[in-house]
Amino acid sequence: MRKWFWGFLFIAFGFVCSIAAERNPRTERISGSAGDVLEDDPVGRLKVYVYELPSKYNKKILQKDPRCLSHMFAAEIYMHRFLLSSPVRTLNPEEADWFYTPIYATCDLTPTGLPLPFKSPRMVRSAIQLISSSWPYWNRTEGADHFFVVPHDFGACFHYQEEKAIERGILPILQRATLVQTFGQRNHVCLNEGSITIPPYAPPQKMQARQIPLDTPRSIFVYFRGLFYDVNNDPEGGYYARGARAAVWENFKNNPLFDISTEHPTTYYEDMQRAIFCLCPLGWAPWSPRLVEAVVFGCIPVIIADDIVLPFADAIPWEEIGVFVAEEDVPKLDTILTSIPPEVILRKQRLLANPSMKRAMLFPQPALPGDAFHQILNGLARKLPHQKSIYLKPGEKILNWTAGPVGDLKPW
Amino acid sequence: MKLSALQQSYLGRRSNSFRSSGPLDSSSDGAFKSPAAVFWLVLHGLSCLISLLLGFRFSRLVFLLLSTSSTYTSPFHSPTELAKTLDIRSVIPADPVGNVPLPFPNKTATNSRVVVGRHGIRIRPWPHPNPVEVMKAHRIIERVQTEQRLQFGVKDPRKIIVVTPTYVRTFQSLHLTGVMHSLMLVPYDLVWIVVEAGGVSNETASLIAKSGLRTIHVGFNQRMPNSWDGRHKLETKMRLRGLRIVREKKLDGIVIFADDSNMHSMELFDEIQNVKWFGAVSVGILASSANIDETVVEKRGEEENPRMPVQGPACNVSNMLAGWHTFNTLPFAGKTAVYIDDRATVLPRKLEWSGFILNSSLLWKDGDKPEWMKDIDTLDGDIESPLDLVKDPSVVEPLGSCGRRVLLWWLRVEARADSKFPPRWIIDPPLEITVPSKRTPWPDTPPELPSHEKPVIRIQEPIIKHTTKTRTSRSKRRSKRKHDDTRTDRGTTGFDKTLQN
Repeated sequence: MRKWFWGFLFIAFGFVCSIAAERNPRTERISGSAGDVLEDDPVGRLKVYVYELPSKYNKKILQKDPRCLSHMFAAEIYMHRFLLSSPVRTLNPEEADWFYTPIYATCDLTPTGLPLPFKSPRMVRSAIQLISSSWPYWNRTEGADHFFVVPHDFGACFHYQEEKAIERGILPILQRATLVQTFGQRNHVCLNEGSITIPPYAPPQKMQARQIPLDTPRSIFVYFRGLFYDVNNDPEGGYYARGARAAVWENFKNNPLFDISTEHPTTYYEDMQRAIFCLCPLGWAPWSPRLVEAVVFGCIPVIIADDIVLPFADAIPWEEIGVFVAEEDVPKLDTILTSIPPEVILRKQRLLANPSMKRAMLFPQPALPGDAFHQILNGLARKLPHQKSIYLKPGEKILNWTAGPVGDLKPW
Repeated sequence: MKLSALQQSYLGRRSNSFRSSGPLDSSSDGAFKSPAAVFWLVLHGLSCLISLLLGFRFSRLVFLLLSTSSTYTSPFHSPTELAKTLDIRSVIPADPVGNVPLPFPNKTATNSRVVVGRHGIRIRPWPHPNPVEVMKAHRIIERVQTEQRLQFGVKDPRKIIVVTPTYVRTFQSLHLTGVMHSLMLVPYDLVWIVVEAGGVSNETASLIAKSGLRTIHVGFNQRMPNSWDGRHKLETKMRLRGLRIVREKKLDGIVIFADDSNMHSMELFDEIQNVKWFGAVSVGILASSANIDETVVEKRGEEENPRMPVQGPACNVSNMLAGWHTFNTLPFAGKTAVYIDDRATVLPRKLEWSGFILNSSLLWKDGDKPEWMKDIDTLDGDIESPLDLVKDPSVVEPLGSCGRRVLLWWLRVEARADSKFPPRWIIDPPLEITVPSKRTPWPDTPPELPSHEKPVIRIQEPIIKHTTKTRTSRSKRRSKRKHDDTRTDRGTTGFDKTLQN
């Protein structure tokens, strides 16, 4: 009897071992509560109602400037398109868990192609006035079950300069809504609790097209291309990137291990695939498309931005995938990177090689399971069910509609 | 990347100099608010003027002096505006911010230690690579590349068996060292079979011992003849001898023929892992470079296709073997070298052995091998091309994307047959006698000249004690000549200038 018991245990153990061994040796699944979440399917877990706004808020803006489809803030446009044809969309607002307002707030571009945020507060305000008067759902919760995609530099603070953004703070009428934004920094005015951080938009086809054979040996130790000093806007130095990029340049410009420069090579994507570490330092804002590029190309991101909140931080264990370096430790960057044990580096590369990791950073058209759109929906689904306290009694008002700079109150 | 860089530059274009607007705003407000602000404004203006005169930022120096003497300086602007720190870079050599008083924390940061505003650029005292770190980084890179090769490279790499025929001559060291270094870089297991004409010699043995590879050094008891024709024939016999060793020892792996004067690329060794039984790669023929005569080279260049001729398999559209590219000998008719030290072009055979790769089990006596492989014991060395080893040439597998990639290059360069070189390239005992040449390029020629000397322009080989006869150089390597000159030079500075008949 006992023999049979032990025999059974042994067989069961062998069974479990064989299942574990089936795991692909090349990539590693981020197991546990964090990583498994990447593969969740949001369909069936939430319902989203998309408001029908007049096209002056979305389509007309896009028609005026189709460049908005390819810049790094294009996530708002693609999110709208995705939701229109997604199975989570519901046409019945009564059964919706979340409400989406399609405003393309960052599509006001300069001739050089960069968005001006000056009209965005008024645009958002006017849109919210519209939805609060045409549908009862805004007033029901004052926006607590609504979400907005605000991918600009400092999110819903609607300014590109940090001091001004901090001064403005998040637009008062968006204070209760869930903000889906690229900006993320802890203890910062422009990041609300419960916001969902997303990666900036990077063109997936371009990146797929420039892949090199996987057996090309990674021979660059550290790679970075970008500005170190912004002489146009920061001639004195010390403001741009809080001095971190300049510190990288001054300390490591002579170091052959660090392939860093301000050039714009045509082989940028190919070079990233030949590098082991890719620096992702902050610029004027802490986030950048470099993180997306590094993850897609299998280069370990070295994140130099104090207190940054990375995309989908509740789903992706960034500590295990990337290397975090405090801005004050930049002079010791070479020591830090070379003291990482090779096994840890190989593990990080295996985690990066996981295709679900790469897909979670991209916004492919048409949408694929596990991509950034689905991660956003997963994030929204994790916030359900809504607490009873968000539902206001009729006539109750929490938000101050007249708060904020006077210029914001003008109609759009 | 592009977009983010654009973003950085756009701020200048579209903003109306927002950087300066900050201080100006507050200071202009301050002008109406408090005399303290006015005072700071005046001071700011003064220090700007002084800086213009002096040429550096005077205000920084003042702040440094003030800050070291007092607890801290209050910033220019009202405390709710920017916080300012000193620019460490220009004033203090690279000590971090620690000993400089911290400014007011920004009002927005609740518990954050991240401060908006101006920060120092931290530079360590010696911003140069640390050799220990560099070595560690290289080890990491090696480890990552090994892992990559394990994952994406050839699965189950087979051992490589290299057969090299060689013989002792002046250029042997040059050629064999090149092949040896290529083989030392191969990431797979290797066995090197070196067959030497004229018997095993210490010369060759000492050369290949430096490689650290597993070598099998056998002698072939015929001497290498002086004609190219004879040499090619003997080399074929030596290769067969090497193949017989593979057969006797039942070595398992992939057999390639690495002639000692060829150049091999590393991709060759990766590509041959794909061979099943009998494969062929494209060989680039560097025939015309053997000739030192410039005019002949130019003439030939006009006549024929300037592309380098390539020998190897030719494929049809469906990537099947359709034929062979061989070397076109017509342009060279009549101008080819016959003897090894001729200055004319050396031509390859129709199909060079080095372009063919065999699976070693084809050579074994027993075991399962395809029936189209001839038994090498039945051949007695009278084979023209490697295709004679197989009964049916269509079974050959074209490698290197069907012959489109050239993975090795064929070249034959030799010194004169009677040229001498110090054994093992060690000069022992050291030179005592040097024979200065009559016409030297440098002005400070030694005063005494040998009276009976024949005029010598260059001396080809280093001087061995007993020789005073001079030679006109037949070396085809100018670089080697230069090397000799410097050695002669070194010799003249240190030693007696006596002559010996």
